Parts: sequence; C-alpha cells; structure tokens
Amino acid sequence: MKIHEYQAKELLAARGADVPSGRVATTVEEAVAAVRPLVAETGNPVVVVKSQIHAGGRGKGRFLEHPELGGVNVVLDGLEGGVAATEEAVGALAERMLGSTLVTLQTGAGGKRVNRLYVEQGIEVAQELYLSVVLDRSSGQNLVMASVEGGTEIEEVAAQRPEAIHKALIDPAVGLLPFQAHALTYRLGLRDEAAASGRRFVTALAAAAVELDTDMVEINPLVVTGQGRVMALDAKVSFDKNALFRHPQLASLRDLSEEEPAEVEAAEYGLSFIKLSGTIGCLVNGAGLAMATMDTIKEVGGEPANFLDVGGGATVENVTAAFEIITRDPNVRGIFVNIFGGIMRCDTIATGVLQAVRNVGLQVPLVVRLEGTNVELGKRIIEEAELPGLVVADSMKDGAKAIVELAR
Amino acid sequence: MSILVGADTRLLLQGLGGAGRFHIDRSIAYGTEVVAATHPKRAGEVEPFEGEIDPSGVPGRAGGYRVELPIFATVRDAVAATGANASVVFVPPPFAADAIMEAAEAELELVVTITEGIPIQDMVKVKRYLEGRRTRLIGPNCPGVITPRACRIGIMPGYIHRPGRVGVVSRSGTLTYEAVKQLSDNGLGQSSAVGIGGDPVNGTSFVDVLRLFQDDPATEAVLMIGEIGGTAEEEAAAFMREHVRKPVAAFVAGTTAPPGKRMGHAGAIISGGAGTAAEKISALEGAGAVVALTPSDMGEAVLDAMRRAGLG
Repeated sequence: MKIHEYQAKELLAARGADVPSGRVATTVEEAVAAVRPLVAETGNPVVVVKSQIHAGGRGKGRFLEHPELGGVNVVLDGLEGGVAATEEAVGALAERMLGSTLVTLQTGAGGKRVNRLYVEQGIEVAQELYLSVVLDRSSGQNLVMASVEGGTEIEEVAAQRPEAIHKALIDPAVGLLPFQAHALTYRLGLRDEAAASGRRFVTALAAAAVELDTDMVEINPLVVTGQGRVMALDAKVSFDKNALFRHPQLASLRDLSEEEPAEVEAAEYGLSFIKLSGTIGCLVNGAGLAMATMDTIKEVGGEPANFLDVGGGATVENVTAAFEIITRDPNVRGIFVNIFGGIMRCDTIATGVLQAVRNVGLQVPLVVRLEGTNVELGKRIIEEAELPGLVVADSMKDGAKAIVELAR
Repeated sequence: MSILVGADTRLLLQGLGGAGRFHIDRSIAYGTEVVAATHPKRAGEVEPFEGEIDPSGVPGRAGGYRVELPIFATVRDAVAATGANASVVFVPPPFAADAIMEAAEAELELVVTITEGIPIQDMVKVKRYLEGRRTRLIGPNCPGVITPRACRIGIMPGYIHRPGRVGVVSRSGTLTYEAVKQLSDNGLGQSSAVGIGGDPVNGTSFVDVLRLFQDDPATEAVLMIGEIGGTAEEEAAAFMREHVRKPVAAFVAGTTAPPGKRMGHAGAIISGGAGTAAEKISALEGAGAVVALTPSDMGEAVLDAMRRAGLG
C-alpha cells in the first residue's frame, strides 16, 4: 500500500526523523491559509508547493493543462513582497495545480489528477543525498542503502557507479547498530554537526521501517541544510499489505482515488488482478500458473486481457466477483478459466463459474480447464449444467487454443 | 531414495482449521504417517478422520482408513508423545511465524509452511531464528513436498504424481502441478517434488534443493520452475555451473508479463538486475540447462536434457 509524501513525512517525523514543516491542502483556500502560520513557524518567507500523487518524478513532470508548469514549485515572492505576496503566489499556483493532470515518467502518458497539495517550508540545501530501507531477498534481512548521488534515480547509480552505494544489513535480533549508522554517514562524507544529525536520521529511519512493516522507505533526496541539519526533502513509503492487520491506524492513510478501481475491487475479494490490453479474459489460480497461462495464450496467437489470480482460499463468492470484473471489460471477447486445484478445489471453482454466469449472463465464449483436487466433482458440476457456449478443455494449451479460436 | 520426505517421515499438523483438516485428511488417505496435531485449546482430545484410501498413494493398502489423531497443546508435547519429526503449518498468517519457530525450538527436522500472507518482517525474524538450528523450513506460501507413493506433505493433488527419477523444484504452486502432470503424461516419474514458495523471504532456496537433488542417488534429472522477479534463478544458475552434474531443464514463467507494474522502486537494485524472464533464461542456458520457452514444453525439455546427457 502506497501513501502520499506528506503522510510519509508525518509518520517519519513522529519516529524521530527530521523533516521540513508543511501543511496539506485540498482547496485553494486551504493552500493560501497554510502560508501565514508556516512562515511564522519557520521564519522563512520561501515556501514550496508540491503535488501529492502516488508517483515519482513530480519535479520534472508537467501538467497536461499547463505544459509550462511543473509538479513542484518554489515560491520566492515572499523574499521581497512579504507574506502577502507569498499567499497570492501560492493561491495562483493552487488554482492551476489542483484538479489538473500531472504527467511524470512514472504516471504513464495519461498522467494523474492532483487532488492534494503540500505547502512546505523552503529549505536551503547544501547537499543532496540518497537513503532507503528495502528488503534484501538474498540475506532475508532489511538493507539500508545510502549514496551521495541524491536526487537522481538510484537505478542509474546502481548501473553506472555501484561502488557509490553504501549498504548495511539490519540484523532483526539487534536492529541497526550505532557503528553501522556511523559508517554509513561517514562514507557519505558527513562530519561534525551533520554527522550527528545524519546518524539520528538513519537510526530513526531503520527503526521506523521495521516498526511500520514497510515494503520500502526511500528518501530521495535526503538533504544537508546550510546549518548542517540532515532532513528528508522527499519521502516515499509503501507498506507490506500482509502486515496491515497490526497497523489499523495506517488504513486511514490509503487514498483510493490513486488506485485502479478494478484492482481495488478485486483486492477486496482477495483477488490479484492486473488489467492488460488484450481480448482473452483469464481466471487462474496461482500467480505462476496465471503467468504461464498468459504466456500460453500469446504462444497460440492471442492476447490476454488481464492477469487474475483467484488465490488459494477463494470461495464461490470470490470466483463470482472475479468473473464479474473480467466480463466488465468491453475488450474481452472470450474467457479462459484455467484451474489446477491444490488448496483450491475444482468443485468450488465450478460452482462459482456457474453462479457467475447465471448472475451476469454469458455474452462471450467460455473455455474451462479443470485439473487437480476434486476434479471429477468439478467437471460433473460443469457438465450437468449444460451451458451453451461453454467448452471444457483437457490441458492448458488445448484450452488456450480453443478460446483464441472462439474469440476470433 | 528421495529428498526431504519419505517412508520414515512422521508428520505433525500445526493448524487444525478448515484447510488444515481437509489437506491432512488427503495426506492420511495418501498413506503419509500423520501422528499428531497441535491446538491451543483442544489438548487431550482426538480428531477423527475416515475415508477411502487414495490409490495413487503408498502401495499395498486397500479399502478405507480410520484414524484418531491425538491433539497436543504444544509441539514439544506432541514430539515427546509421538516421535514426530516433521510438521506442516496451516496456521493463519498473524500466528504462523510463531508456529514455525515453535517447531524449530522443538528440533523438528522439517517444517513445511503452507500459509500464505505472512508479514515479511515476521519471516525476517524466522529466518534469523532458524540460523544454527537443525530445522529445515520449506515455504511459506508453498504447495509442500511430495515423494510419490511414499509421503505427501502439503496441498498438492497426489494423483498427478508418478514415482520416478526426475526431481522437481518450483517457486509456484499450481505451475508445479502443471509441470508434474506433463512429466507423468510423458512417462517421466518424479523422485520428489518440492515447492519452495513464492514469498520474498523463504526457508529453502533453489540452490538448497538443487544440492539435495545432486546428492540424491534416486534423482537422475531436475526440472526447475522459476518466475520473474528477484534473483533466485540467477543464483541457481551460478550454483548449477559449479556443482550440478545432473541434467537440468528449466522454465521461467512471465516471459510475456508486461513490465508496467513497478516492483518496489529500489528492490531490484540490490540484486543488480531487473529480474526479467530474459535475464533468467539466459543465465540458466549459460549454466547448461535446457530451458522450455513455453509452459507446454516443460516435459519435452526434461526429455531433451536427459537425451543430451545420454540418459533415456
């Protein structure tokens, strides 16, 4: 689960990681109203107005409606005109940014609508760094990565100058140790005040990542201010969805307007669904078999309309929901149900498919391939229903061939 | 011979819920020696099972079975009373890590964890806890382990398996069944089939299982089934190059998967690659494996690998 920058910063600040002051705004009035208390609090007339969307590259992004306007804007008007000038400039920016569509390298060409802004104090940046905490699959431990190459994509750094990335594994028995925090900040070139501030930041971030069950925490850039303060200028945090049950307070941070509606609905039914652009709807159990089914559909000349894994514990209700989500896509010209039951029982799938067909009607050809646990029972349920337009296949490849042929 | 499980496996069930009950019943029907279950509130009771034996399981049995499985409060109690040496975990995700560590503390040789959806940080702790202990963890989020006609632990459909000389190892559950069925349909039986699970932190890797198959006299060839993401396949390829002398066939699912969904911004960095199917296939081919380019060719790829090695 992803959250916005301002939410990430609130969570990190509450755990001892330094961040700039700021206020969130969903209307022009709120954005203007944020200015005066922010300037009073920080004593700095410079503020930054930042688009809040679940995608990176906002600074370099441009608005579809205002191609000259970037997703992050520094307001300097207050330096000469005082706080009233800042308010006026922030209001003018908010007018154009709110409700407009921001296109960045990560949003795709369609962009994302900006519904929230973050008005933040301006920071005098002496140095930009990079810091993140991610899972290292090889060791099965959390890994802190730090680099002096802040502000650029870390993938580029990893490809071109891997030696510029400094790493420390977090042993779950003891957490990130002081010597590790010291080594990381030392290698980043931090000394004196900045070193102490940096150690505090790294230590707080590592503890927050573990405590909050994050999938990833990325601070890019982490900055050193002119006064030697180390703080997060940006923050990207996502959470392990399997651990959300023990963080009920995080549920309210979810912004459903940032997510694909069909994928949200699918997730509510425990389905893993990704919409694609082809014509063959797929309903499969297991991620590996679902990918292999897509591979097979392509192999025999078709294009999958989706990836859909109904999971192991699916019920009749979940299967019905899966069917409804697939058939709602107007591009779908045929549906391939490919089930190899282990924990999933074929009779459950068969009953679910029939119930879904009764509920939503069968407008396109349907090929069902069942194998595995309770396969005889599942096949009998399908055959006894005698549905016109439903073909039963014996193997994945036969089923894929049949549905691609029928959907032509 | 076989790997991990066989006729001397004495199995304990942790997690006597709906799925646990259904699948332990299938294991009993298959002929697995199931000796006990644990449940926090039902110690001292027995759980009855009865039905028709599974004809694809352990040979030499006929008719029905009737088992009264004793229930214990703790794994230690169950081990002391029954001599259990392996467990299968169906415990719900919030409590599954604790169940695994309890089994390790009781020094079970093997813990097979079926549970899907265990928090990653829990598995980080489990992996650390298992260091230096004798317990081998398979999974989590896996279909289990089977040695055909000897022992079934997990959720795989038993009837698709045939005894034989091909070792199967896979990250995916259902795709393993697909592969096993193709092998059986091609007349290739299996020594053992192991699902290592799809989670980012797991107990046993491809490399671990390849080592076991390389050392197992009953295994002549190996089929390895990977998928996109992570670097487990590349690590397996590096190991194969140095240590595996038996023919290996492989398949990587997700060749046609769109790259659209970002897999954790920084996640791929550590590994220094993007985890694409093409990279994995080239690593595996470079290590001498015969790679099936489509899922329907997995059985054929094993035959090909065996022919090239002068087998079959």
